Amino acid sequence: MIWNEKAECMDREEKEEMQLALFQQQVKRVYENVPFYKKKFDEAGFHPDDLKTLDDVSKIPFTTKADLREAYPFGLFAVPDDEIIEIHSTSGTTGTPVVSGYTQKDIDIWGECTARAIAMAGGDKNSKIQNSYGYGLFTGGFGIDHGAKAMGATVIPMSSGNTARQLKIMEDFQSDILTCTPSYAMYLAESLEKEGFDAESISLHAGIFGAEMWTEEMRHSLEEKLGITAHNIYGLTELMGPGVSTECEYQTGLHIQEDHFYPEIIDSETGETLEDGQKGELVLTNLTREGMPVIRFRTKDITALRRDECPCGRTTVRMDRITGRSDDMLKIKGVMVYPSQIEAAILQIEGLTANYQIHVSRPKTLDEIEVKVETSPEVFSDEMKKIEEFERRIARKIQSAIGISVDVTLVEPESLPRSEGKAIRVIDERNFD
Amino acid sequence: MSVKQLSVFLENKEGKLKKAVNAMSQAGVNIRALSIADSSKYGILRLIVSDNETAIKALKEEKFTVKETDVIVVGVKDEPNGLNSMLEILEKKSINVEYLYAFVSSKTEEAIVVVKIENYEDGVKALKDADANLLSKEDLAEL
Repeated sequence: MIWNEKAECMDREEKEEMQLALFQQQVKRVYENVPFYKKKFDEAGFHPDDLKTLDDVSKIPFTTKADLREAYPFGLFAVPDDEIIEIHSTSGTTGTPVVSGYTQKDIDIWGECTARAIAMAGGDKNSKIQNSYGYGLFTGGFGIDHGAKAMGATVIPMSSGNTARQLKIMEDFQSDILTCTPSYAMYLAESLEKEGFDAESISLHAGIFGAEMWTEEMRHSLEEKLGITAHNIYGLTELMGPGVSTECEYQTGLHIQEDHFYPEIIDSETGETLEDGQKGELVLTNLTREGMPVIRFRTKDITALRRDECPCGRTTVRMDRITGRSDDMLKIKGVMVYPSQIEAAILQIEGLTANYQIHVSRPKTLDEIEVKVETSPEVFSDEMKKIEEFERRIARKIQSAIGISVDVTLVEPESLPRSEGKAIRVIDERNFD
Repeated sequence: MSVKQLSVFLENKEGKLKKAVNAMSQAGVNIRALSIADSSKYGILRLIVSDNETAIKALKEEKFTVKETDVIVVGVKDEPNGLNSMLEILEKKSINVEYLYAFVSSKTEEAIVVVKIENYEDGVKALKDADANLLSKEDLAEL
C-alpha cells in the first residue's frame, strides 16, 4: 500500500517545482530567524534571493555536525520555545550531543514519513507493530511510534531489551511488524530458535530495520529466520530521525521522502555535487521543518541516488543502502564511535602510548570491539593478574568514553602495523557491501 | 643480596619464545632458571640469567618489553619437606607468595627456589630470621 499517493507518486516536474518553492521559503526563514544561518550565508556571500532554481542549491553553504554541536543545545531552533513540543538528542558519546527540536507540525511530518515507511512494509491500521527501538532521547522508538499512530495502527511500545518478554509478547499479541536495529532483530531471531519457539506460532510478516549498517546477507538471514520481508529504514537525529527514507517491498533502494527532504550527493573531498548513480556523501536539507531546519547537512554517509522507475509506482528518488562513511566514524552496536575517543581514553592512562589498534568484527550477529594496545616497561608486570587487571582498567576507561564494552589485549611494542609512519588505527572486519 | 629476575612479555604467537631465547643466546647470556606464566592471549617469561644488562639490551633490540623484578632466591634441602619448611616460615608471618619456581644444580646439594613476594623486604626479613639459606647474585654465579 502507498500511504500518500499524491506525495509519493508525484511527477518529477511538479515535485521539483514544489521542492524549489519549499527550499526558497526555508532559506528565507532560517536567514531571518536563526543568527547562525544569517552569519553562515553572509560569510559565504549567499543571499536567500540567490536561490532561483534548484541548480542554485549548490551555492548554499553546508551545515556540518560540528556546527550543530556548537549550537548545543538550542542554538539552531528557528521558533520561539513555546512552539517546541518534543526534543531528541544524539547520545553524545562522541562529544557534545546534537539536539533536535520539533514543533507539532514537525512531529506530524515525522509521523507521516514513518507511516509511509510502515505502509512500505505492508502495514496498515490493522497492523500490530512491535516497536523494539529504544524509547527516549534516541529517535528510533518515538519516530516509529509517531508513524504507527498517524496510521492508526496498534503500536506495542516494547523499547529495546528484555528479550524473553519481547518473544512472549511477539507470540501472545501476534505482532505483525517488528521495528528495531537489524542486529537486535538477529538476536531476537536466534533467541526464538534457542528458546524453542515455533516459527508457526509467531505471525510477523515484516521488519523495519535501521540505525546501523547491515548487509544483504543479514537481510536474507533475517527474512528466512523470521519469515518476513526486511525493510531498510534510514534517518538521522539531526534532520528528524528514522523515516527520511525506507525500502518498499521491491527492495530497490530506499525511497526518500522528497517532499520533506532534499537529497544531494557530493564528492566529500571537493564538495561538488555529483550526478545520479555516482557514489558520494549524502547531503540532506529539511524542506518543511519548522523547529530546527537543517540546511545542506553533510551526513558523512556514503550512498548513491537512483531515479529510474520502481515497480511499486512511487516516483520518489531512491538511495542505495549505506555502505560506508566519509569520515573515520564507526558505528558499533548502533553507537557512534570515533577512534579519537578511544585514543583519548588510552592516553589518560600513564605509561601508555598512542600505539593502539581497534578491531571491529561481527563474529555472528553482534558487533565486537577489541582494542590492542602496545605494552611498555611501565605498564608491563611480571605478574599475570596485574596485567589482566591493567587490561580491565583500560577497558573500563574506554567503555566510559564510548559507552560500549570493549576487550583489551596488550601486544608487544612496535608490533602493530604502521603505514608510512602512521599507525593503522582501525580494522573493521565487518562487511557491509 | 638481592637477585633481579627478568620478565619478558611474550605474545602467544609461534616463534616468540624462540626469538627471545635466541636473542639472549646470541648475546652470550646463560639462562640459569626460567618459568613461563601464560594466559590464552600471552605469556610472561621469567628468567634468572648470568648477565642482566646484556640480556636486557639484547631483548630490547628485538623489541621485547623487559622488566627487572626483585625476587628472593633460597636454597632448600633437596628432600621431602624441603620446600614445605620454607613455605611454613612465610605462612607463619602471613606473607603471600605471588609465584615461585625451582631448579637444581649439580654444584650443590640444595634445590634452588626463586620466590616472588609482594613485599620483598618482609620476605627477606622473615626468611633471614628463620635462618633460611638466602642466595645472592654472586652465589648464583658460582652454581
